[in-house]
Order: sequence, then C-alpha cells, then structure tokens
Amino acid sequence: MTKEFVLQDPGEGLHEAEISEVHVGEGDTVEEDDVLLTVETDKVSVEIPAPFSGTIEDLRVGEGDQVRVGEVLLTYDEAGDDGAAQKTEESDEKTAGAESEQESDQETDQAETPDEEPTELERGESSAEEEDDESSRRGDAGAETEATTKRTEKETAETTRDAHDRRRPVPASPATRRIARELDVDLHAVEASGPEGRVTADDVRAAAGEDGEGRERAAEPTREPAASADRADFELPRLDTPGLPDFDRFGPTERMPLRGVRRVTAKRMALATSQVAAVTHHDVADVTDLERLRRRWRDDVEEMGGKLTPTIFAMKAVVTALQEFPRFNASLDVEAEEIVLKQHYHLGIAVDTGRGLLVPVIRDVDRKSLRDLAVEFTELAERTRNGDATRDDLTGGTFTITNPGAIGGTGFTPIVNWPEVAILGMGQARLETVVEGDLDDHESATRLRLPLSLTFDHRVVDGAEAARFVRRVVDLLRDPESLMLDA
Amino acid sequence: MSDDEAGRVIVIGGGPGGYAAAFRAADRGLSVTVVDEGDGLGGVCVDRGCIPSKALLTIMETILRAREASEAGVHFDDPSIDLDALRTWKDEIVDRLVGGLDSLAERRDIEHVHGRARFVDTDTVEIDGDERRSFDHVVLATGSRPRPLPGVEFGERIMDSARALALPDLPGSLLVVGGGYVGLELGQVYATLGSEVTVVEMTDSLLPGTDEDLVGPLSDAVAAMVHDVRLGTRVEELTEADGAVEARIDDETLTFDRALVAIGRVPNVEDLGLDAAGIETRDDGTVDVDEHRRTSNPRVLALGDVAGGAWLAHEAMREGEVAADVIAGEADAFDARAIPAVVYTDPQVAWCGLTEAEAERQEREVKVERFPWSASGRAHTLGASAGFTKLLFDPDDGRLLGAGIVGRQAEALVAEAVVAIEMGAVARDLEMSIHPHPTLSETIGEAAASFHGVATHVAH
Repeated sequence: MTKEFVLQDPGEGLHEAEISEVHVGEGDTVEEDDVLLTVETDKVSVEIPAPFSGTIEDLRVGEGDQVRVGEVLLTYDEAGDDGAAQKTEESDEKTAGAESEQESDQETDQAETPDEEPTELERGESSAEEEDDESSRRGDAGAETEATTKRTEKETAETTRDAHDRRRPVPASPATRRIARELDVDLHAVEASGPEGRVTADDVRAAAGEDGEGRERAAEPTREPAASADRADFELPRLDTPGLPDFDRFGPTERMPLRGVRRVTAKRMALATSQVAAVTHHDVADVTDLERLRRRWRDDVEEMGGKLTPTIFAMKAVVTALQEFPRFNASLDVEAEEIVLKQHYHLGIAVDTGRGLLVPVIRDVDRKSLRDLAVEFTELAERTRNGDATRDDLTGGTFTITNPGAIGGTGFTPIVNWPEVAILGMGQARLETVVEGDLDDHESATRLRLPLSLTFDHRVVDGAEAARFVRRVVDLLRDPESLMLDA
Repeated sequence: MSDDEAGRVIVIGGGPGGYAAAFRAADRGLSVTVVDEGDGLGGVCVDRGCIPSKALLTIMETILRAREASEAGVHFDDPSIDLDALRTWKDEIVDRLVGGLDSLAERRDIEHVHGRARFVDTDTVEIDGDERRSFDHVVLATGSRPRPLPGVEFGERIMDSARALALPDLPGSLLVVGGGYVGLELGQVYATLGSEVTVVEMTDSLLPGTDEDLVGPLSDAVAAMVHDVRLGTRVEELTEADGAVEARIDDETLTFDRALVAIGRVPNVEDLGLDAAGIETRDDGTVDVDEHRRTSNPRVLALGDVAGGAWLAHEAMREGEVAADVIAGEADAFDARAIPAVVYTDPQVAWCGLTEAEAERQEREVKVERFPWSASGRAHTLGASAGFTKLLFDPDDGRLLGAGIVGRQAEALVAEAVVAIEMGAVARDLEMSIHPHPTLSETIGEAAASFHGVATHVAH
C-alpha cells in the first residue's frame, strides 16, 4: 500500500533543510536503512535512510529543493504489506471510515507546523493517482473494481493519517514540551507511555537519552561506508553506560542543552575515539630561521590581506610530507577492507569560533603558494568565525592541522578527525637553549622551538612511519629553503 | 551568548506583555529598561481597559443581582448612583495596581524611562527624539489602539473605550457601534447605570466569530437590557453636533447623547522606525514574529497586540515571558494550545482551544458535549440556570480540544479547561477528577462524563 514519507527533524531542532542529493529514483526498490536522500542544513549534511523496505513511487523532491519538517518527500509501496493492510481494513471498516474523515480534519490542522503543506487539493489528487497506478499494476479489474475503490479510499485515509500524526500536536503538558525543547527532542518521534498517546517528561528524557534525537532514527555508523565520511551528523556509537548519578545530591547543578556545534562535536569526537586506534607521536621543530623568514614577509602578505602565520608554513610542510607518505592522506574503508588513498590534498584547519570548534578546509594545498594560502585561509577563517562557512568550506578534508599554540601548550593529543587518518597538533613555539653538535664537540645556542604532536590511526599506519612523517615535517620547518624547494 | 551581550534589554511599551517581559528578563539576571509613554506601568489594560471595565462590571453585577433578589422576596430600592464617587473608586483601583507594578519594577532594578522610543537603525533606539541608546535586544510591546470608524474621529461625544471608561457622565442615550465584547460589556454597564443603549453591529450576530450557541443566552440578556439591538447594520455617518451625536443608520438619522465606537483595534506600528530596524510587518499591519517571538531583526522580539495573535492581555503576558526567556538563552517558545477568551457581560461567555466554528472551518470532526446548567444545583441557587458548559472532544481518543461556557463565573470555569487541554487530558481525566459540590465546576466534569454517556445529572 502507498505510504508517504515525510521529513523529520534531521537533528539540531531545525525546521528546514535543502535536498543536496537524491539517491533513489521512482520505481527503485530499496531496503530498510538504504540512503534515500542527503539533506543539508546550515552546517552539516545528513543522510536520510529509509525506515522501510519497498518501492519508491512518487518522488516529490529534487536536488536543491528546500523542504520543511513534515513535508512529504516521497511516497512508497511498502513491500510485503498488502495482505496485512487488507486484513486490517476488512476487520475494521468503521475505524477506517472515521479515519477518512479524520484526514480532512487534520489536513488543515497546522497548529504545529504551518505553511508547509501541500494544499488539500494537491494532496487529494496525487494520492488518487498513486492508487490508480497501484491498482492497475496489481491487475485489479472488473469484479474487483468496487472492492479496490473501497480499499483505495481507506488506504488514502491511512496514508494521510500517517503523515498527519506527525503534524498534529502531540499530547504533552507545557512542562514536558519545554523539556523536549531543552533536550532538542522531536515530540513526534517520542514513544508515548501515557494514556491515549500522551507523552510524559520521562518519555522525552528516555528518547533524549537513547540517541539524543528521539528513538526513531537509529543508524549504526560502523555500517556506513567510508564514502559517506563527510557527514557530520550521524548517530553516536553508544555503549551501554550506567546512568548518571543524581548530582544534586552532592551540591547545586545547572543543566544546559547540548546544541549546535557542541552537539556535533560531541558526536564526532565520540565516533572518532571509538573507531580510531589512536597513537600520538611527539617531536620538536627548530623554527628559528622560519620565524625570521616569516617576519620578513609578514607585512608584505598582510598587504594582500593574508596573515602569514606558522600554520601556513605547516600546511605547506605537511602537504610535502603527505605526498611522500601517502597513507597519512587516506581513509580506512572497513566494510570493503580497503585503504582509500586520496590523490588530492585538502587540509582542514581547526578554527576556534564563538559557536565552537569548526574545521574549514583549504583545497588543493599542494598547488598553492604560501602567499595564496595565507590570503585564502585568512578569508576562510573569517567567514567561518562569522558563521558564513558553506558546507563545501567545511567538508572534504584529507588531513587536519590544529594549532592552539598561540594560547600555549608543550604537547597534547589531538583527536583524529575521522575518517581521516592523522592530525597534526602545533604547540607553542618557545625560545629554548639547545645543545648542538655531538658528544665531544658541541655548543649551546638559543633557538625557537615548536612542539609538534601527530595523532595517527594505527590501523592504517605504524609508529615508525609516523616518526618519519613527523621528522620530515620537522626538517621542512627547520629549513625554509627546503620548504621552498620541495614544497 | 555571553552575559555581557545579553545584558541590555530595552522593552518598548509597559503594558501587560511589556511588563511581563521586563520582569521576567530582570528575574533572569538581565538589565532592563522599559520605555513607556504612560504615567506608570500597566498600559491600556490597567489604565483604560481590562481593569477599569471589570471594576464597573462588578458594580453592574451587584445591581443586577440585587434586582433578581426580588424574585426571592428580597426587595432593594433602585440604586442611586453617585457618578463622581464611582469614578473615584474605579480610579483608585487603577492607581493602586499601577503603583504596585511600579514598585515591582523598582524592586527588580528595572529602569523606567518615560518617553517614546523609535528605532534609528538595527541596533539603536532614540528616545523622545534626542537620547540614543544602543541595545542588544529590544522587546517591542507597543500594543494597539481603538480603531475609529472610517472618516470619523474620536472626540468628546464620539468615544473610544478609554473615554467611555472614564465615565464623563451618564448619557441619557448611548449608541454603541460594534457588538463585540467591548461594546457589549460597556453597553451593559451604561444600560444598567441608566442609559438608554442602542447596539449596532455590522454582522448578523453579536460577538461575531463566537460559537452561535454561546452567543444565544447573551443575545437574549442584551436584548432585555438595552433599548435596541440592530444586527447586519452599518452606521453610515456619525457626527458630533450641539452636545449630541447624530448617526445615520438604516437611512434614518438618529440622535444620541453619546456614542461608543468599539469596532476593533489597530496595532501601534507607526513612527517606530520599523523599516530602519529591518522589522517586517504582515499584511494586516502587525509585526511578523516566529514562535520564539523574534522579528525579522533577530535582536528585536515582539509580542502582544502589535504582533497580532488573539489581542488579549494574558496572551501578551505569556508571550512576554517567552521573549524574555529566549533573550536569556532559554529554550522557550509560544506554543500555547488553549488561549482563553472571556467576555465579562452578564451572562459571561468564555471559551478556549478549538471552537465549533473553527472545527467546522477545518472540517474537523469533533464530539461536542453540552451540559445544561438547568441540571446543576448550584446554577439554580445562583439564578444562573440558563447557562451551559460545552466541551469539544476528539471523537477517537476523547482528548479535550476546546471548551465554551456561557453563564456566571465562566471567567473562572474556563481555566480548568485550559489546563486540561494543555496537559493533553482526555474526557475520563476530567470525569474522574472530583469537582466540589455544589459548584458550577461540576458542569465540566459532567460534560466530560457525557462523552462516555454516563453523566449523573442528565439522562442519556
């Protein structure tokens, strides 16, 4: 029987999203959890898996369409559902009739989500068409015509009811609704424990606890192919953890909702630490000469609108090292048991914004001059801080650099930006007295030294390679001339 | 949002929505300035709306109940009315409440600036044309004013509701233009005090838009109290001349001592610099907002009459709380499912949630249960047996969707229905909750019981 599939809140409590990719076509047969669509919100892109197995009938959206929560994305014929559906109808004609009337009631009941429905007329027409198609395909004709018509009406009623149930105000007290807002839970996705479908505060908390977004969407990230790695929004891999203690027993507390970038970061970090066999390798680069060079050219680059920071040099050094050690510019496809070696060098640079940590990506770093990189990154970082970064700006990275050195730090353990393989952390460059030479012939000198920390995925590369990789970066940074010649 | 950034909130307008927003914002630790043209907080509602009208309506009820007592053998003389004393009594109530609000504001360290604010750009307002203040958030709560008849200005004798509430005198004859709740409340007051009142309403019903069955008992009461009620009638001309008002109605010219024009209200959006601040309005002139009360300028939130909705003080108050909480970074939104409306006429009419008229418009099936007050013991003792309680349920699951009540104390009775709707209560919840006997609240429990065909005091 034909059913409608509507857009639910893709997370973040958003009401609107853009269809960025359509993965299915009309007539396609899909299995449950197959990806139907990719939608893009203001910050992240989300894949929408099928909650059903069946055949796509009417695809109502295309790439670039803006869709709102509650809007019908497509209709489908659910596989293996005919018999059951028919049985229900026959056994409860009266109910179906009531629902049929209900349909028109709820059609205009848009208290929760106004302005987003197809008009009654549109809906009615399209439903009728689908049903016609369906019956001709089934070969229902002649003597069965009447029965089919009857069923058609009921099915339409049920279909619409399905869609309506999502838009109709969910019975829940004002306090419960407020908790749902605070926990960013879509009430429509909460399993109700109260009488006649009333949602309680505990139901909302349970839904929030289960996956942070309500129970209905449960995809396991480990089953996702690495090709979808750019997705920032996926379900948290969860282990069964014991519940939190009642902190209020120990003293006053305050709760704040986990939202926006913070929430995405929480998910990505949890995912990365659960997937990556992380090892951090530390080394120190002598950047005395590099710093002199930097100061010499700083103003010149500044005039062109770029900030020539140590990070810019690090980008260049890292790309050179990546070209020589391709497995650091890769991803692991667990499903296919393959390592994906990337022949493009897009570096993500962590940027601390008012909204939280974001990682805008500079593309094709290998083909750009230091000056170009400085100008481009200055502009990109600015855009990111202002919240104007596009999805393209924030996706597609192959390796990440993070530099909290301006604040301080002698070393830390960055977390790999999954599904990348490695991340380079830069500490604070400090003037240090170093001893140069060998055991017998040496002298002390004052040098500017930059601590580096590389975290890598031990599933893909080994410690010796990592040591060599970092050594290569250290050498390039120590000797700016080599940076120019090699990079 | 840092505390610093959210630290300065300017509330424009000190009516119920404005002061609710200001108080809540201050309670959330924000520093708040209220800019208002009036002499104190409270706005139209306290100064020349809800409060003074309810004061006069209480007196009306006293007079009416005294009259009805004669049926029980208790006879009072006709009241003698000292209009000056009545006015003073009413004004003192207003003053007391305004004083109370001012002191509540003071204790919250809310700065109260007397003046008129307008936007000069997206983050600056100017007060009285000189002092400029930058803001992090503005709560726009400028309210509304009475709508004049096209081409007719309000004046000494062609009164708006504020003027009528000021009780300038007791006119021998009063024309009430508009059969909505303001016209009927004040029309009944003046009629009870002794004026000969004529009500002219453009549509075919009093309280246009309200469920017909609820209007019925009120229409009967109004017809019995006033000189004349003309429905489906327009006032074609209205002029003030020689200490009287001349009205052209149904092609005849009638003369009244005074006229009250109560045909609705218009939002106060003029001369606010809305364009300069990038604030968009809807086709009806009201300021467009989202459920968080945000306007198209994300730093400006709007509430109450200026932002449309049901044009009711209690709605504005809740919206004010939402606006303040949103500014304070709380996850709040205006998502009320039952906004009560109360008409303080005699009999009172009150409703909330879905009405029958709205259900019909939506073609939504509802199960309507009416409990007639003739079956209520308390109603008989109150002499209020003409009233009834009506509940609208979802026929499938018995969820309460709406309520309508006509009769005494409807103002208080409707509150139970509001809570029930907001809580998602079903008929059985109301039926099984014990209502005190004998009270009119039992009529709600009985109407709910009727959903399952088991009301005690009616035979099914």
